[in-house]
Amino acid sequence: MLDFVQNFPCFSIVSCMFAGIISSALKGKGAKILNLGVLLAVTVMSALTLGYVMDLGESYIYVMGTFSAPWGNELRVGVLEAAMALFFCVIMLLSLMGGQQKLQEEVEEGKQKLYYIMVDLLMSSLLALIYTNDMFTAYVFVEINTISACGLIMIRQWGRTIEAATRYMIMSLLGSGLLLMGLVFLYGLTGHLLMSNIHQGVVHIVEQGEYHIPLMVAIALMCTGLAIKSALFPFHSWLPDAYGYSTVASSAILSSLVSKGYIFLLIKIIYRVIGFDVIQQSKIINVLFVFGLAGMIMGSLSAIKESNIRRMIAFSSVAQIGYIYMGIGLGTEAGMTASVFHVLSHAVTKSMLFIAASGLLQASGDSTDFFDLTGAGFRNKTAGAAFTVGSLSMVGFPMFCGFTSKLLFARAAVDGSWKMLPALIVLAVSTLLNAIYFMKTVIRIYTPLREPAREKRFRKIGIGEQPMNFVALICFILLNVVLGLGAEPLVALLNNGLKMFA
Amino acid sequence: MSRKKSEEEYRKTAEFHFKQWLEGEQDPLLGQVEMKPQVLTEETEEEKAQRIRERDAQRERLYVRSSNRGVKRFQFLYHVCTPLFCFLIIAVLLLAVSYLPPEGGSGNPASNEVAERYLEQGLEETGAVNAVSGMILNYRAFDTFGETNVLYIATCCVMILLLMEGEQVRKKIDQNDRAFEPKNDVILQTVAGILVPIIFLFGIYVMLNGHLGPGGGFAGGAVMGAGLILYVSAYGTKKTQRFFNEKVYTAIKVAALCIYGTLMIYFFYTGANGLDNHIPLGVPGTILSAGLILPINVLVGLEVACTMYAFYALFRRGDI
Repeated sequence: MLDFVQNFPCFSIVSCMFAGIISSALKGKGAKILNLGVLLAVTVMSALTLGYVMDLGESYIYVMGTFSAPWGNELRVGVLEAAMALFFCVIMLLSLMGGQQKLQEEVEEGKQKLYYIMVDLLMSSLLALIYTNDMFTAYVFVEINTISACGLIMIRQWGRTIEAATRYMIMSLLGSGLLLMGLVFLYGLTGHLLMSNIHQGVVHIVEQGEYHIPLMVAIALMCTGLAIKSALFPFHSWLPDAYGYSTVASSAILSSLVSKGYIFLLIKIIYRVIGFDVIQQSKIINVLFVFGLAGMIMGSLSAIKESNIRRMIAFSSVAQIGYIYMGIGLGTEAGMTASVFHVLSHAVTKSMLFIAASGLLQASGDSTDFFDLTGAGFRNKTAGAAFTVGSLSMVGFPMFCGFTSKLLFARAAVDGSWKMLPALIVLAVSTLLNAIYFMKTVIRIYTPLREPAREKRFRKIGIGEQPMNFVALICFILLNVVLGLGAEPLVALLNNGLKMFA
Repeated sequence: MSRKKSEEEYRKTAEFHFKQWLEGEQDPLLGQVEMKPQVLTEETEEEKAQRIRERDAQRERLYVRSSNRGVKRFQFLYHVCTPLFCFLIIAVLLLAVSYLPPEGGSGNPASNEVAERYLEQGLEETGAVNAVSGMILNYRAFDTFGETNVLYIATCCVMILLLMEGEQVRKKIDQNDRAFEPKNDVILQTVAGILVPIIFLFGIYVMLNGHLGPGGGFAGGAVMGAGLILYVSAYGTKKTQRFFNEKVYTAIKVAALCIYGTLMIYFFYTGANGLDNHIPLGVPGTILSAGLILPINVLVGLEVACTMYAFYALFRRGDI
């Protein structure tokens, strides 16, 4: 008999699914309330699970059904998983809160419940990706994740979002296909689908020196598939349209959660399925490192050229994903910790930036012209403040979480291998490029507008007008500062979690 | 005793009709089938040229091909690199496959204790004669529950894309229903009248028989969905909506998935906590056996049938 708390991971996955299913019998408002309730419940359950696992000091296995693995499915819950689940829930709640008003304006009345169905099932798939210990279960939930992300993009019925959703669908399905092919290879080589058993098989065949080529191809296929799905540099063409034109809650969720779910799966594959040593020897990690570096530069360059700020923020995501892959590519424990921390810090900052940018755009007559943003920080004060905090965090200003993650990356890079110099140089250049486009925008929104004729077109947006938006942005700012100032215990927690993870 | 038939009586017999039909005097479809004459669109050479000119002008506007050297270069590069890249990938994959263990070899890594237990103890542990059903619905029940949700979310996504909103739009569709379906087509209706019940029976058989032989919820549901689609094509939406409208659809879908989810939670909870789940496995081979597999097959079947029909209805008229 398990402790009751140990059931919570399973309950949180299934309750999100239930919410999604029941929502289709409800009206838009009911679906919204149900969604809110389930997200709160899952947040509480994840927090309790986190506390429990921290006390326990090791990860535990939860058998899904009567038969234990390798015959049945199982979940594996450790500190890192529980922390991620808690964090993802909080970000999801805040993103929905901040994007709610826009959602009501942009989505047809009858289709709002469909939006919440998508969100519920997306959340369940993210939780399942976090907790599962079975590669095939992971693949099934990757499918749910892909389809619901498409739904989130095209819920705002507009030519551009339909086009973006199509592009996302094609790229993402290509990624799923590659992941599945890699999985098939691994199954052929080891005869298992369960992560721990695949790992044993892989260790065995590496010791025997057999099947070297198929194993490498399998690792390459899975890494490429997940890189496409999380928009690593050369595969990022779907990203700017998908993030730039969908409704703002979707952009926040997609940039901060969906791509991060795939990255988390990749980290899981590296640690638990293939094994860190095998990956390190395989040199495939160096490829990820190089593309991560390229992404850091190219993403920022594209962002500088962009004049639509939502697309600009989207391109900045490409650069930030590059940081994460660079950290993974370092191939050290410290690099991995930095990457996991950056997953958190980027998720907090990017979703805040998207919501703040939407507020600023609203105060500038929803214009896509960069110069119409002049003085927008005065017209919508909360959004202006949040955008400034987000920009400072992205650039790496001390006190905010972006600084901590940059520090961790720099510290991880100093390990004396050949990767040290390129990593440090690119980190510096990328920070500079970040500063160019983010500071440019911050200066623009705080430049007083001296053209009365133009000013008349824009309206001021007070706090009282959008209370939910205000609360969400304040929470985001606080979370950002907390992550920035209280990084030490969090990093210790993540380190601990990564040790349990393998 | 034989007698001569009168002319009128003779005209009523099947032989007469057959002879008439044979000689082409009577058209069996005349007055029976509503047919809408097809409008032929004829295009003169000039119009055709105009159309091509317009299309080219539009492409020119979009891509500025003639003056944009970047696009030209990109297209050239694209056409050269795509096949090269594809062949490269094919070569790498073939190479990798050639190193894999031989197909079906007994010493393969895949022929291990997992497959062995599924095949040898599957019947005893799950009660299902069909080992595949036992595997997907009992051993790996969580995956299958996820897969059913994939179907559900796929319909929701199609709804986002195609569902028509507002009374106005709906009215317009109803008036224009003829554009989507041939009304009162005797041939179609007669055949559908005979086939639909059989298809349904077969679907139910496949669904209920999933634990005993090939079949199961996914296959049976697909067959039933096909039956529903045939019915709506033959008899039109109005008649179908008398028994299968959006309310019924939602009720069936939500109820099936909710019961499925509840069963799954019960199964996971008792399994993980090592409790007895009190689900009798029954005598293998009988219809009421194999524990949860039979009810789950039925629920999955209902969900799949709804999904199939919803796809068809949404693509046809943007409404269920």
